[in-house]
Formats: sequence, C-alpha cells, structure tokens
Amino acid sequence: MSGPAIETFQLRKVFGEDKVAVAGLTLSVARGEVFGFLGPNGAGKTTSVKMMLGLVHPTSGSGLLLGHPIESPTARRRVGFLPEHFRFHGWMRADEFLDVHGELQGMSKADRAERIPLLLERVRLADATAQLLRTFSKGMLQRVGLAMALMHRPEVVFLDEPTSGLDPFGRLLVRDIINELREAGTTVFLNSHLLSEVEVTCDRVAFIRKGTVVRSGTLGELAAGQMLVRLRVGEVTPAFVAGLAEWGSGVQSPNGHEVTLYVDGEERLPGLAEWVVGQGVRLYAMEPGHVSLESLFVHIMADEDTADEGVAGEEEAV
Amino acid sequence: MNRSVRHIWLLAKLTLREAWRRRLLWIAGGLGLAFLVLFGLGFWAAYKDLVRHSDPDGPMAQGIFNFFMLSGLYAVNFLIVMTTVLTTVGSISQEISSNTIHAIAAKPLRRWELFLGKWLGHALMLTVYVLVMVLGIFLVTFVITGYTPPNPLEGLGLLLLEGLVVLSLALLGSTLLSTLANGVLVFMLYGLAFVGAWTEQIGSLLESQMAVDLGILSSLLLPSEALWRRAAYAMQSSITRTFNQAGPFSTSSVPSKWFIVYAGVYVLGMTLLAMRSFARRDL
Repeated sequence: MSGPAIETFQLRKVFGEDKVAVAGLTLSVARGEVFGFLGPNGAGKTTSVKMMLGLVHPTSGSGLLLGHPIESPTARRRVGFLPEHFRFHGWMRADEFLDVHGELQGMSKADRAERIPLLLERVRLADATAQLLRTFSKGMLQRVGLAMALMHRPEVVFLDEPTSGLDPFGRLLVRDIINELREAGTTVFLNSHLLSEVEVTCDRVAFIRKGTVVRSGTLGELAAGQMLVRLRVGEVTPAFVAGLAEWGSGVQSPNGHEVTLYVDGEERLPGLAEWVVGQGVRLYAMEPGHVSLESLFVHIMADEDTADEGVAGEEEAV
Repeated sequence: MNRSVRHIWLLAKLTLREAWRRRLLWIAGGLGLAFLVLFGLGFWAAYKDLVRHSDPDGPMAQGIFNFFMLSGLYAVNFLIVMTTVLTTVGSISQEISSNTIHAIAAKPLRRWELFLGKWLGHALMLTVYVLVMVLGIFLVTFVITGYTPPNPLEGLGLLLLEGLVVLSLALLGSTLLSTLANGVLVFMLYGLAFVGAWTEQIGSLLESQMAVDLGILSSLLLPSEALWRRAAYAMQSSITRTFNQAGPFSTSSVPSKWFIVYAGVYVLGMTLLAMRSFARRDL
C-alpha cells in the first residue's frame, strides 16, 4: 500500500472553553521513516499523539493512519504504542501481559506463544517472564511496554518518551531497537525530550510549539548551510550587541561574555573576527562547530519566542 | 467469531481474571459463605426451639420459616448492592486516572466494545454472587426446615435485576466521574431509593398520595429497593403477607409488573448512556 504512514490535516484540540492544546497540526510521515516529534513542555506533543491514536477526540481537523481515518479502529490494527505514562495492570505476569495485548491485536495463540519469549529476550526481561508487573522497576515497565508495542509486528510504532525511565544501557537498547525497526521498514514516530537520541536515530524531525509545526525536515535541511560559532569576548557595548545581529542570529550569555551565533557558512568567520576586533571588543576565543539538534531546538524556539514578543509588542502599540 | 463479540468476551475474561487475581472473588465468596454458615446456625437454633412448641408443618411454623428466609434474603439484598457498588464504582475511572487505560484503548477496538466487555465481566461476577447467596439461603432453609418459598425463580431473577440496576448506574458514573464522586453519588441515590421505598409504604398505609408519589419518584431514580420489595412479595407466603403491612417485606404497596419492565429499560438505558459517554471521553 502506498501513501504516507501518518498524515494530519489541521488537527486541533481545545480542552474546555479556551485551553488550546493543539492549534492546528499538519504533518506527514513517510512509510519506513523514523520521525522525531520535538517541542518544549506543554507544546501539545502527547495530545497530538493521543489524537492520532483515537484516545483524544480532535475538536477539528482530520488525520490518516496507514490510509485509514484516525478515529477508526482499523487504523490501529497495524499500529503499536508505548504510552508516556507506562502504567500497566500490575496483577499480570510479564508473559501474560504480552499475551493479552497480542490477543487484543488479533494475533493467533501460536503466534503469541512464539513471539513472547523472543520479545522478552530482546528487551532483556527473559528472567522476569513469570514476574508480576507490580514488582517491576520503572525501567523494566518501560521495556515490557516497548515489547507490548512491538508484539504484533506493527507497521507504525508510536513511542512517547520511550527512554524516560531508562538508564544508559536501557537507552542504548531502545536506540538499537529503533534501528532494527528502521531496517525492517517500520515507521517510528518518536516523541522524546532527549534530543541527542533523536539526533542519532531520526531521519526527520518536526519542531512543534503551541500545537503547530514550526519547522520540519532533516537535520541538514533545518540547519540549511548554517554553522554555529561560539565567541568568548571581553566587555561589550550596546553598539556591539546590536551589530552582531548583522552577522547572524544568536544567543548571548547572561554575563554577556559568551555569544553563540548561527552564521551562513564558514566563509563569514574571518570577516566576523575582524569586525569584533574593529569594534574595540577583546576576542578571546572563536570556536566553530556543527549545528546540533539541541542547539537548533533552542535556536528555533528562541526565534519563535522573539516573534511572539514582536507580535505582542505591535499589538500593544496598536 | 464476530470481531466485536471476540473483543467483548476477551475484555470480560480480563475483568474476571483481574477480580480473581486481586482476590476480590475470594473475599466476596469467602465472606458470603461465612454469612450463609452464620445464617444457617442461627436459623437452626431458632428452628430447634420452635419445633418444641409447635407443629413444623403447621401454617404458623411455615409462616415463621418464610419470615426467617426473607430476613436472610434481606441481608443478601444489602450485600448484593454493596458488593456491586464497591467492585464497579472505580472500574473505568480508576483505569483512566492511573493511565492503564491508554495501552488498552489504543488497540484496534471500539470504545463501546471495551465498555461492554467490562460490563459483561462484572455482570457475570454479580450473577455468580447472586446465585450463590440466594440459592444458599434457599438451600439452608430447605435443609433445616424442608421449606421452599413460593416463586423462588422470580425472586432470584428480581434480585439479579436489582444488582444489574446498581451495576449499570455505577458503571455509567465510572465513565463520567472520579471513583470517589461516583461512589458518593451511587450510595446517595441508593439511600434516597431506600428512604423513598419506606415513604411509599408509610404513605400507602396512611393513604397519603403525596408520600406515595415521592416514594415512586425515588424508585424511578434508582429502582433497586422497589425490586427488592417486589422480590419479597413474590416469595412471601399468604400468612406472611397478612402480617407484613409495614417493614422491609411490606406488601402495602407492591411495585407492578410494569415496574420490572421499567427496571429492565433502566439497565439498558444506563448501559447505552455509559457506552456513549465513554466513547466521547478523552483519555
């Protein structure tokens, strides 16, 4: 079957009278893609995921999961989900838990019996097969939840903060599993705060803020030829700070002695160094670096905040 | 098997398995049996005393046996209501507040299937409980005295319907309210129906139409107590009816057969409302 794995069109959710959780989410995730869904706390990420899985009803807009409307149970037949709050029935054993969820997904008994030990082994819980879930640690619960999400060999997997309860070994395990899923052609929708992980696992990312996608693309596309440069300088003047904006957008440390700038390519660097010195400011260090997802995240969100303040300022002035 | 039926049955089994694992069935069953033993011992002691002074096959003794049996069933009626409320009041609300619902509701099943599965699981547990307790009372009475009440099946069915009425209301509340708020609501409504039933009886004896109407209104809000009175009426001997003009087995104002139909419609209505409310709820 062709077409994107996930598509949303102006998906909107308003809780109560006026609490806008998701303002209008439009995105498309290709089949087989590992997609990172990023945004600050309260950006509407989890509500968006819940709408895509039929847990929360959209106020308006629509969406398709593997070509089926998101409200339809058919859409979820080939979808796996690890919830952000991975709370499961504590009275179940690990193998029983997977068995029940596999059965709910329509798997045959023989298939479940074959798959359960393999998955428990994969998430390093083979020793805890007959253990009750209420005796599991947070990390073990998250791993058994991951096994549950993969139980029926889904075509699309939603992982909502899949590493929040895991130690570094657990995180590596999740990273490996995501890579295996990519190799198997499974679409992964990854909602995570851990940007370093998203950076190494995702093919494409979307930055979401106030329930809308503000930027999306591959890391290369998002960086768009920009590079990052860190300046360590002496005392600065207001004219110097204002003049920096001509060289690129950036962030200044609170004490004003460290500046992080996004410039359009390294050919700008010699000119920047000359300009700094020309301004009478002492230049102690100039460190070029690549644009990481984390720096891009901070940069994009800071830009959006500035844009909001600008609009608010204009509105106030009017 | 039809997919919806398979989902409902699977969730019903899950509800039963949870009740078993969390020792709910053990506790309810164990205490229920303890109650039956206690009832039997008390009944036996009273029976021994009674047969010393009167003919056990005489009409007076038969009337007393009937009264004893109804007393046991009256306690069972309370146990049915309490056990039903306590086991169902948080059935859905607790899963929502603890987020355990997310992994289940994100599966390829409809919300109404999820709800009906839970409803069926609880209804099966209730049925077993009512059967054990009511048939237990019948059996104890029969073993000690050889007495069988009139219309035992009708009485059994009405007590089961009473449980289903409470169950359906509690599950509807569980889709709308927090566990605590739902518990308060269901118990308050039960209290209202209980007092309303007495108001109706006293109003009937005193020929106060207003008191009777208030009683009927409270029974319409929750028809549990009215069903008990109908069940008690069905299982009473003619002698007991003559003496019971007031009290828990009173026959001064007996709910009509149409009221039984109303109770059936009530169960259906509450269940449909709950399915709708749960389907619309954000999780």
